[in-house]
Amino acid sequence: MTRMARAGNASTAAPPQVAAPASATVTGRVVPAIPLRREGPAKLTGIAEYTDDLVFPGAWFGATIRSSEPHARLVALDLDDGFDWSRVAVVTAADIPGPNIVSLIQDDQPILVPVGGEIRHQAEPLCLIAATDRSTLRAAKRHVRVRAERLPAVFDPLASTEEISHCDVGRGDIELGFAEADLVVEGTYRVGHQEQLYIENQAMIAVPHPDGGVTVHGSCQCPYYIHRALMRSLELSDAQAVVIQAETGGGFGGKEDYPSLIALHAALLARKVGKPVRMIYDRHEDLSATTKRHPAVVRHRTGVTLDGRLVAQEIDVVMDGGAYCTLSPVVLSRGVLHAAGPYRCPNVRVRGRTMATNTPPNGAFRGFGAPQVEFAVEMQVNRIAEALSISPLELRRRWAYREGDITPTGQVLRESVAAVEVLEAAAEASEFTRHAEQTRRAREARRPSARTASGIGLALGWHGAGFTGSGEVHIGSVAAVELTDTGIIRVLSAQTEMGQGTRTIFPQLVAAELGIEADEVQVAPQDTSIVPDSGPTVASRTAMVVGGLIVMAARRLRAHVESVSGKTFAESYRDFATEHGRLRVDERFTPYPNVEFNEQTYTGDAYPAFGWACAVAKVDVDLDTGEVTVRDVVSADDAGRIIHPVLAEGQVEGGTLQAVGYATIEEIKLVDGRYLNDRLATYLIPTALDAPRLHAVLVEKPFPGAPHGAKGIGELPMDVGAPAVVAAIHDAIGVWINDLPASPERVLAALTGAPPPRAPGLSAAAPQKGAA
Amino acid sequence: MSYRFVVNGNAVEVEVPGMRRLLDVLREDLALPGTKEGCGEGECGACSVILDGAVVDSCLVPVCQVDGAAVQTVEGLAGDLQLSDLQTAFLETGGAQCGICTPGMLMAAEAHLAAGIPVTDESIREAIAGNLCRCTGYTKIVEAIALAAERRRSPAS
Repeated sequence: MTRMARAGNASTAAPPQVAAPASATVTGRVVPAIPLRREGPAKLTGIAEYTDDLVFPGAWFGATIRSSEPHARLVALDLDDGFDWSRVAVVTAADIPGPNIVSLIQDDQPILVPVGGEIRHQAEPLCLIAATDRSTLRAAKRHVRVRAERLPAVFDPLASTEEISHCDVGRGDIELGFAEADLVVEGTYRVGHQEQLYIENQAMIAVPHPDGGVTVHGSCQCPYYIHRALMRSLELSDAQAVVIQAETGGGFGGKEDYPSLIALHAALLARKVGKPVRMIYDRHEDLSATTKRHPAVVRHRTGVTLDGRLVAQEIDVVMDGGAYCTLSPVVLSRGVLHAAGPYRCPNVRVRGRTMATNTPPNGAFRGFGAPQVEFAVEMQVNRIAEALSISPLELRRRWAYREGDITPTGQVLRESVAAVEVLEAAAEASEFTRHAEQTRRAREARRPSARTASGIGLALGWHGAGFTGSGEVHIGSVAAVELTDTGIIRVLSAQTEMGQGTRTIFPQLVAAELGIEADEVQVAPQDTSIVPDSGPTVASRTAMVVGGLIVMAARRLRAHVESVSGKTFAESYRDFATEHGRLRVDERFTPYPNVEFNEQTYTGDAYPAFGWACAVAKVDVDLDTGEVTVRDVVSADDAGRIIHPVLAEGQVEGGTLQAVGYATIEEIKLVDGRYLNDRLATYLIPTALDAPRLHAVLVEKPFPGAPHGAKGIGELPMDVGAPAVVAAIHDAIGVWINDLPASPERVLAALTGAPPPRAPGLSAAAPQKGAA
Repeated sequence: MSYRFVVNGNAVEVEVPGMRRLLDVLREDLALPGTKEGCGEGECGACSVILDGAVVDSCLVPVCQVDGAAVQTVEGLAGDLQLSDLQTAFLETGGAQCGICTPGMLMAAEAHLAAGIPVTDESIREAIAGNLCRCTGYTKIVEAIALAAERRRSPAS
């Protein structure tokens, strides 16, 4: 069941004011029907080609030899004399022509650890092998001997002395704020790793060119990240490093940065062998080696007055970056910027650090630092509501941001603020107040012999749309709309389809501007030799930022064709193409009006706009086993103007279930810095039977800075699902769970007062040798 | 060894080791890559096919067990020019997102619809409980299967 609500007053719901040709805003245009998923038929019939479905005759199979120590000096890589190596290719760090670095933010992560170099985690790549068939490859893997000298390892981010990044924000006077407070509430919250668990494992195939260049086909979110990594480390020209996205079976952030490493590996092997090389991870390797959501420890100290005003928030965020920087500084800054929650507070101080540990690097996952901190702040707000004897719904009504409020970076929220709208929409759709009254009565009447308890919980969240701060200005994305000389209209961008719907909504946006049908618009393949660099497919930026670029490009294309032909675009574009040939309009990102951010002081407009979300969860808790069943979740999400309701609901429903998994069952246990549950039999995600009934409520508060009013929706629902579930557990059993996931062990410990299990994300030491 | 069986109504014969996974035989020997591998150990259901009417994980089935049997894969669902009712329902409701679980999900759903038992929300969830999807939250998949079941009951609608 889904429903749509349109929020906002007349001024914010009005069409955005954008300088555009009059014809583009002509009134009375027929709103085109919502198209079906563009690549749906190919996916439903099995003809869509994912990486492992691509056939390259004569291709070899590649594999990665990894460390089995969390921290060590690599002494030697020995190839067994007894094995026939004539049919096997071996690549070591010595074969890398350029810098031995995976290009991203910091130049710290090697493509392969060189002999004599430092191994910093258990899954670190040391060398590569390839063979013509899988059985030879498997045999060869067993005949590579790694010799390493173990070094002391650090697994606890709080004990680590190696800081990857830090980020602080604040406004007001925190000491004055606490001086005004009648009540100070403190809490510490911990969250562990979470695996993206796209169902298609990571996969890359590299095809060598005679001139030393390479074409890489693979499963990825960001073809240009890979393109740049290949150019730099293989010393290739722009034309020699071609990256083509294959159909991609889910990403969720997990295919943002790690594919660059696999592509480099595949390309190194392909150049060595002179044949295409397939690097297709199996699930075990994917789970063992690739990035996860950052574990975090979040401490809150909050000052409130007895009449329920929020006067001081002091927040300390520590994230575990793992062994290398990857995207950690950006994850941390998003975490810090969202840590205080969507609440008006005059005195705020947030301090954040990412610390290095000898565990595999953590990276991007839907929400990108926000789900960790929003869990913490929502738990904190619930505790305060309890301390003040105010309903958690009512307290949020009072504190939630309205237009004109100021965030911790000093950003004035001038427009597109829907915190109260999503709160009320979710409360109404879930009948929160009525159910909360029922569960309260049931809790008070519960006898000691009761075996189950039911609860309802609520969480409010926000998510900055697009890149943080000046990110968009720095990358200067370019996207284009083209009318080919054969009269075909196509969109050129590097934005990848990975299930979220890019390939469907881009033609919709362009068709609406051109006054034609969506199926008249094609999407060029995500091939770096064809499309411009419109930036990565991350940060919920595709619909808002790149969608805005192609809308503007389409407006200019239409204006030009109409000014020459004197007829409408729809009537004239085919003839125009025949007479005048190809016409391509490129649009480069220009800053949104009145959006300014100071990177030195970390003040100003941290995001051009925010999306707003509220989730209400209903749970049953088994009082004997501590098992939590999430029965129902309503998620009300404002992502600005909704382009495609079915796809948008799909984002909300899917993101909500990932949050429910995060809240209840998804946990990675570590020993000696290695993931212990590194198979699908042991890392569990919700099945159709585990999944609650999900209800998406789409609230539309358009962003006037974007020509089509859209904000991002991909990450929003991920921020609020988990705290809503844990709030519901508290409503059911009356005790607080401070760590995620709220596994049966943690729930039972909270119920009985027994010591809680090991903190999430924290590795146990290596078992002593010889111990039973 | 040589094994003969029927795939999507066509008789096939393959010369492969008996322990070769049905998944690899389909994808590599018979050039039917619509069936996907997600975990290789029977947990995710991406490789689900219908074997003599029952849903199996083709990564766990050695081809020697398929000799003489009938196998249905995603490639056999659609007619020459049109999607099946189940595929159409998935397309309309948004039951496929990234699409990698979709072939297996369709086979589990097809076996459930073909079983001739009453189709309910619960029965659908039970039928696809062995098929993991990370994109949809399952809501629109369940809606799609229910819609296809409804249309099979009353074809006119």
